[in-house]
Formats: sequence, structure tokens, C-alpha cells
Amino acid sequence: MRSFGRCMMSFALLEIQFSGTISVEIFCPDWWNSKKTMSRKKYDYIIIGAGVVGSMVARWLSRYQADILLIDKDADVCMGATAANSAIIHPGYDPVPGSLKALTNVRANPMWDQLSQELGFAFERPGDFVVAIGEAELPALERLYQQGIRNGVPGMRLISADEMCEREPLINPDVSGALWASTGGICDPFQAAIAAAENAVLNGVEVLLNTEFVDFLMEGSHIVGIRTNRGDFSARWVINAAGIHADQVMHRAGVRPEFQIKARKGEYLVFDSAEITTKHIYFPVPTDKGKGILVTNTVHGNTIIGPNANVIEDKEDTSSTKEGLDEITEGARKLIPSLNPRAAIATFVGLRPMGNARSIDPNVDYGNDFVIEIPENVRGLVNLGGIESPGLTASPAIAEMVVELLKDAGEKLVEKKEWNPIRPARPRFRNMSHAQRQALCETDPAYGRVICRCENVTEGEIIREIHAPIPAVTYDAIKRRTWLGTGRCQGGFDMSRVVAILSRELGISPLEVSKRGIESEFLFRQTKDLEVGGAN
Amino acid sequence: MLIKDIYDVVVIGAGPSGLAAAIEAKKAGARDVLVIERDVELGGILLQCIHNGFGLQTFKEDLPGPEYAQRYINEARAIGVEFLLDTMVMDVTPQKRLFLSSQQYGYFALDARAIVLAMGCRERTRAQVRIPGMRPNGVYTAGTAQRWVNVEGYMPGKNFVILGSGDIGMIMARRLTFEGAKVSRVLEIQSYLSGLSRNYVQCLQDWDIPLQLQHTIKRVIGKNRVEAIESVAVDERWNFIPGTEEIVPCDTLLLSVGLIPENELSKKAGVLLDPVTGGPFVDERFQTNVPGIFAAGNVVHVYDLVDYVSIAGDTAGMNAAKYALTESQSEVDYIPVKAGRNVRYVVPHKLDRRALQRGDVQLQLRVTKPIEEDVWLEVRDENKSIVRRSERYARPGEMVTILLKPSMADAVREAISLTVDVYPKAEA
Amino acid sequence: MEEKNFICTACPMGCKLIVRMEGEEVVKVLGHRCRRGETYGRQEATAPQRMVASTVKVLGGLHPLLPVYTKGSIPKRRIGDVLSAIRAVEVKAPIKAEDVIIPNVIGTGVDVIASRDMPEKE
Repeated sequence: MRSFGRCMMSFALLEIQFSGTISVEIFCPDWWNSKKTMSRKKYDYIIIGAGVVGSMVARWLSRYQADILLIDKDADVCMGATAANSAIIHPGYDPVPGSLKALTNVRANPMWDQLSQELGFAFERPGDFVVAIGEAELPALERLYQQGIRNGVPGMRLISADEMCEREPLINPDVSGALWASTGGICDPFQAAIAAAENAVLNGVEVLLNTEFVDFLMEGSHIVGIRTNRGDFSARWVINAAGIHADQVMHRAGVRPEFQIKARKGEYLVFDSAEITTKHIYFPVPTDKGKGILVTNTVHGNTIIGPNANVIEDKEDTSSTKEGLDEITEGARKLIPSLNPRAAIATFVGLRPMGNARSIDPNVDYGNDFVIEIPENVRGLVNLGGIESPGLTASPAIAEMVVELLKDAGEKLVEKKEWNPIRPARPRFRNMSHAQRQALCETDPAYGRVICRCENVTEGEIIREIHAPIPAVTYDAIKRRTWLGTGRCQGGFDMSRVVAILSRELGISPLEVSKRGIESEFLFRQTKDLEVGGAN
Repeated sequence: MLIKDIYDVVVIGAGPSGLAAAIEAKKAGARDVLVIERDVELGGILLQCIHNGFGLQTFKEDLPGPEYAQRYINEARAIGVEFLLDTMVMDVTPQKRLFLSSQQYGYFALDARAIVLAMGCRERTRAQVRIPGMRPNGVYTAGTAQRWVNVEGYMPGKNFVILGSGDIGMIMARRLTFEGAKVSRVLEIQSYLSGLSRNYVQCLQDWDIPLQLQHTIKRVIGKNRVEAIESVAVDERWNFIPGTEEIVPCDTLLLSVGLIPENELSKKAGVLLDPVTGGPFVDERFQTNVPGIFAAGNVVHVYDLVDYVSIAGDTAGMNAAKYALTESQSEVDYIPVKAGRNVRYVVPHKLDRRALQRGDVQLQLRVTKPIEEDVWLEVRDENKSIVRRSERYARPGEMVTILLKPSMADAVREAISLTVDVYPKAEA
Repeated sequence: MEEKNFICTACPMGCKLIVRMEGEEVVKVLGHRCRRGETYGRQEATAPQRMVASTVKVLGGLHPLLPVYTKGSIPKRRIGDVLSAIRAVEVKAPIKAEDVIIPNVIGTGVDVIASRDMPEKE
């Protein structure tokens, strides 16, 4: 056996140190059915929806002395739009000047460097290109450039077709020019959001999953709490960050009855990193349907393509279609003609919450803006709605705005002395050098057992996630935290092993282990547990 | 166990090819032979293949998978092969240093004089066959379900639909039926069966499980768990035929849609892969382009019968030992071996000009389309026929072989290239 | 005269056999291309045989199930009974490959044996 020299661990502490109590309920199956009454504590702030917006708001508010509760209807945080989008931190040349989309986008873009440092998630700035194909598309670049200038976007430049080809040899040779924006970034949106939510938990925020908003508790026009499927919770303020369902939530308080969120479905394909690697982010020239079908690298090294944009009625319909996948393949091949659809290893579908709010600035003629407000007709509600793209990018600025709105409303926000902005990243075996791996295995032998062989995720990492500040208690929860099961075999090898580890660590039967919460269990019975005689 | 710094031969994978390679390497004189296996026991995927049908060539017996593996395991143990279980090879360098990760031994490296890649293959997944629809739980590859049902002891569904008429899918159809589950149908997009007809008879026909050829899945239905699939008939070009859609209620969809050689490690070692097979380019000793790195079994190309996998392991193991013991190899003058008419690929990809002086060489190939009449299998040098033999049919689902014998040594030594054709006798 | 159709499994070729029957008697086998095919057709038409492989519960083993199989063919119509007999059995580790798990299963004269060693769980 050959050994390596001792090395310094390049990542921070392996075990997260924190003081105070952490309350996150682990969802064991018997619990799903029980409706045990929650603490009678009166919260200062309850946040509905633990997507990237709700998580960022929780993290921003956790800086202040307050009792805060973050709830989500799903079995894990970030199971809506946060988990299925293009994963891009936009420069901000695209939104209509003067809109909240433009303001928050441009304000938030530079925040991501510090955010990723503090919260320990992967973030890169490869820069993005809007690529014009054919001479007819060229004028659109100039318009976008001017719009970017008006929005205050730094680092933009119009480049020639030759330069574009040089910077990406795979680009369509019919390219006529491109808009280059150096501030375009990529992150793993789920990782960013859960890091924010975990940081909030480490700073005292409570999280309740599988907890669905039913109604507001009101005294006159005062909101005093919420009713959920798991009981009533008192609060002085409720922050509506319910994503695609934010319209239904605000309507329960009698706010903005005319506001409607439609689901705009976007389909994506993920490519095997061994088959294709693209260097940057490539957008086509935008149309009235949105930014169009793009090609981008991800922080995991995979190239993704998508999305198309189809408004649908059912807010739960995340199904892909043959036509849709053909559409995005064709769209992406307009940019990168050599893209081979056979190298696709996964599909995913996201629903953008498209709202119909007019911009608050009467001089801005735009009808799909964000809603970020304390409405006038009720007391105790911070209302966030229609947070579609660039919502991921904008989320830290939205969180900042929520704090400002509360201050304006007279909230005495007192900073905690002990607030810690750092959420240490947990080790990721796949990204380590040989020496780092050896050192890691010496801290805990479970890091030596590789469970996912395509993505090299170890048992040690899985165990850490199961017992993390926001525990991963389902297969998908582990998958999204560790990137396990996302490679070529798509979980074929790790699935049964992860089910066994979850069963052991949570002290539940393998029959109770699920993919993403109740009714998505893997197994029905033991092979030999058959009441009636078998084969006839 | 004491782990050494260097081994004569290191075999990656303890499935049928790896075990056979280790045994032959030891027999050929290699002193230290180490098999590295990521599972907690030896035998590979054979351990979950509890049905019979293995070993008819090797042992002249009809054995289940575990028993076939057991015989090799027993022999490997008896002959002094060393094993590292529950250990994953993370990296291999062209200089043949291996980086290993294990709960028991930690993260460490060791060196090999020769390596045999025997990682086998993996199953194609839902995304690779592009099944649209929702993404609920309950869509598994047949092999994943097989491990649960046969090894871990759990049933992953009650009411199944199987996509693909590969052997594992058909065998699982019977297996699930035996354990009290319902298998409502098997769908196959091709116009012909992709597995063996014996499995069609004994696994589907015996149990009245319908097989629908030229059918596939239009979409998966269900939010959290599969609730149904929508099946659809397809034309020759696999386009959906409108009006043929049918909603089939089920809670589980099993995929038996093909296997792909598993070569991520091979790439790290600088081994070049054939895009057609998905496996390394190899010569008749199963040596890859990297000197001293050999490959055997399903990692090279997907076989139809385990017996041939073991034979490939024998060849690779013996040659790996020879390489390790001499540590050098004289320049080899290779003749390319090419796929000709109706042939998808031929393994080995190249042949030492002098190979036939040392003994027989078996060419292994797959055809591109079924030919249901008497065919010639022919090896030629440009337009000059070297050997041909006849078969009564040729099908993509079954590997075809043709033997080059020492009697052909002269013709092969002078050849520019070797091309293999398969064609109906009527076209001769 | 009755005709039965079979796909021959004597080799991978899969010839489509037609077996002409007079009551229980085979009159003629058609469609085969070798003698094994004719034998198969006669057997399949009168007394089809199958091997059966399944698993039994095992206590204290590395795995919860032990794979087993019939050491020879049994009548096809009795597969269900053989499976029921196999399901009723529970064994204790350690087990050696080819250990007899059920001798003479349901009187067929065929033993059900272990397909592998099953060591004790550590």
C-alpha cells in the first residue's frame, strides 16, 4: 500500500460547530400522518415557501433578534422552481429598464461572489454571450446592449463573429456577432438555496417541512398567524414566498385579487460531461417568449440545454414531452450544431411562476414584473409574487428589500451579536485531490466507501447529509445535496444502497424510504412476504 | 490482509471475466494477482442472476448465475488469488498506478505490472431512451429491480410494465410473476425480439405475458409514484403512430433497453475507446492501446453468454501475466480488422501479424440487422477470401464468432487488412 | 387432428414448430431443422419440462435470501407447487453451494439445491 505525504485539509471544518438549539423536524413516516400540535410560541416572522427566495429571506432575517419559522409543503426545501431552472446568475441586460426585475437583478448580480464564499457553494463567472445567427439578428444585440447600459450592467461588449468563433469553436459558423457580458455566472441553485436555509438554521431559524399553508389567521385586517395542515402558528408577520402558489396565498388575505400566476413550463436536457463540454453560457437572441433556448455549462461540468416556454394550466404538471425535447434540441443546435442528443443523460422540467403584475413605476410599461411589497390593505404581510427569471439571481436583493420594507414598516430590527454569516461547505470527495481524499478518509472511514460510482459520492458524505442542519431524509434530498445518482447510470447502482443507508440512519424500514416524500416509496413488501400462493 | 506496494497483475472487477482473468494469470505464472471488487463479495452481477441457463459451454451443465460464479470463486481462492472487497478503484494512470478507496483500508495507491480491466457494463437508463412524461418514483432498470428482488429481498412494485425485450427484462417478468407480482406486458420498439427466444418462451409465453413488438412508451403518468404509462405503436422509423395510444395502469416501469460497457476508469488510464462498442480498442490478446493494460468481457463489448465472457477473461489474464513477467514487449506489427457487410463491429480490432503462429484467434462480432436465412460469415483480405463458414441465420441479439486457425497464418501474415462480412448465401 | 404451435428452445435458432396431435399422441412434428427440434416438439406437446429457480429465506446470512434451483427439470404444470414448497422453507446460514434445501420436492424426484455459498453475517 502506498501512502501520500500528510497534507493540510483545504476545506474548513468537517463537522459544523454551532451553539444553541437547532430545530428541524425529521420526517419519519409515522409523523407524516400525525398532526401533533406545534409549540404555542409566537413567531415574529413566518416565511411560507423554502425555495431560493424564502431561504434567502430566512437567512437575511436570521441576522436580527427574532423568532423565525420557515415552512414548506414538500418533503425537502427547494422542490419547486428553485430546483429546475437554467442555474444562471444573469448580468441584467434582459429585464425591462425600471422594472423590479431589472433593479433587483442588477443589484444582486455582484452579491453572488461574497454569498458563495460565505455559504460555501460552487459559483463561477464564465460570462455569457447572446449569439446572433445570421445578419437579421444583429440589430437585436445592439438593442440589448443599450438596454443593459440603461439597467447599469457593467462588463458588456459587442463582439465580432470571428471573436465568437474563437471563444467557442463549437458555435454555429453562421454566427454574425454576439453580446458578451462578463458578469454572467453559474451556480447550483439548489445548493445555493439550501446553503442559505442551513445558514439560517445555524442562526436560529426553525424549519418545518411537509407543512402546507391553508389560510391566514386574521384579526380584522391584521394577520396574526397561519393555519397549516399541521396546526396553527402565531406570527406578527408572514412573508409570502410561495413561488408558483404565491397568488393563492395572497388571495387568502384579500390582497391583489386580480394577480394571477401562470405556470410557464420549461423542459431541459442534461448532457454527459464526458461527451460534451461547453465553456460559457450561450443565449439566442431573445423573443417575446423569453430568453430562449440556451446552452450552458453547469458547475457540475455537465452541459444543459433548454428551456422552451409553454404556459400550462396545471401548476403540478412537470411532465416532459417528445415534442418539447425535440424543440429544445433543435433550439440548442441553432447555437451548437454538433450537439448530439444521444449524449443526453437526463431531462428535467421547471415551472416558472409568471405573474401579471404591472411595474410599480408608472412610467414603466411592463406587465410581468415581480411583486415585492407590504400591501396597504392588510397589516402583517410581506408579499412576494411572480418571481420567475431572473428570480434566482435577484433572490439576495429581494431578501435585502424585505428587510428594508420591514424597517420602513416600523420593525425594530436589532442585529444579533452572535450572527454567523458562514455556512461551512461539507467535503465533496469527487472534487478532491488524492492527498485530500486520504486525509478525509482518516477523519472517518465512511468517506472511503464509494456509493455512487459515476459521481464518486461516498457513504460518509451521505451520512453527513442525513444528519445535517436540514436533514436529507429522502433519496432525492441526498441526490440534490451530493449530486449522487445524476451521472450516466442515473442511480441504477446506488439506489438500493442509498435506501439501505437511509433506513439504517433514520431507524426506519426500507419500505418507508421514499424518493421525495410520502407516496413515493421505493419498495412495497419483502420478496417472501406473500400471503397468497404465488405463481398462479 | 497485507496490501503490497506492487502486484504482477491487478484485475479490476470480480465478475466472470475478472475471476477468469485472475485464475489464468496465476496459472500463467504471475506471482501476485490481486482482484479489486467494489461489492462486499465476489461474483459480480451473476449473483443476482439466479435463473439457470449459464455454463452450457464451459461446464456442459445448465447452472444458475450464482453457481456459475461460485465455481470460479472457489478456484480463484484455491489457487491463491488475493482479493480486496468493498473497495473502489478511483483512478488508474497509464503508468499503471491505481488509486483505491475503501472503508476498511482508507484511500491509498498501489502499482501493477499489468492490469486487466473487467468492470463489466451498465444498463441504459430512461434518459438515454428519452421516455417523456412525469418523473415519479417507480421507473427502474431491470437490473436494479433484480438486485432488490433476488438479493436484498424486497419487491419494488406490484404491477409492472417492462420496456424492452432484452433478456434481463424477460427474465425479470417471470421472476416477478413467481413472487406474486403482476406483469401486464412487455413493449419492444423493434420489430424483433432483442433477447433469446428461449427466454421469450419460458419467461413470457409460459406465463401469458403479452409481448408487443413495435411499441414503446409515449409518456409516464403519475406525480409521486408511477400510476400508468401511455403506450404507442411505432413505424419502422420509430415514429409514433397516432391513434394507437393506450393507457396502461401500472405502479412500476422496468427498463431492459440495452447495456453499455463501463469504461470511465479506462479513459482515465488513457485507454482509447471504440465509439461503436463503447469499449476499448483491443488486439487478439485483449491488450488495449496502453501497454500492459488489458480488458476482458463486457467492458470490451456486450456479450450474449457468460461462457464467452469467461473465455475472454482467460485470454486477457494469461496475456497480462506474460506481460508482467517479461515487463517488455517487442514492437508488434498489427493488421487492422474491419467490420464489413452487415457487420456492426468486430473484436479484436487489430491482429498481430504473427498471432496465428501462436494459435487460434476467435473473431467476435455483431450483425447490424437480422438475417433469417442461411448466411456466410467470411473473412477477407481486400478481395481475397481467407476463410468462410456458414450459419443458418444471424441476429443482432446474438454474438457471432469465426475462428482464424494457424493454417491461415500465411494468408494473414501477408494481409493488408482483414474485413468480416455476413451475408445471405443467396447473395454469394 | 389437433395442431399445437411451439417455438423450439433446444438451441437459440428458435424454429417455429407445428406438432400434429391425435388425442394425446404426437402424429408429426413440422418446422424443425434438426433432431433435437423434433424431440423438443414431442416433449413440449406431451409433457413439457422446466427447471425452476427462486430464493428461500435464510436466517443469519450475509443476505436475507438464498438463491436455489431444481437440480433437473420438473413438469411444467407443477411449477406453482414447487414455488409454494420453496416459499415455505426457511434455512439457517452458513450454507454451501449445492447443499440440498428440499429433497425430492413435492415428490418429483428432483432436489432443490442451493445456488451458492451463503456465509454467516459478520
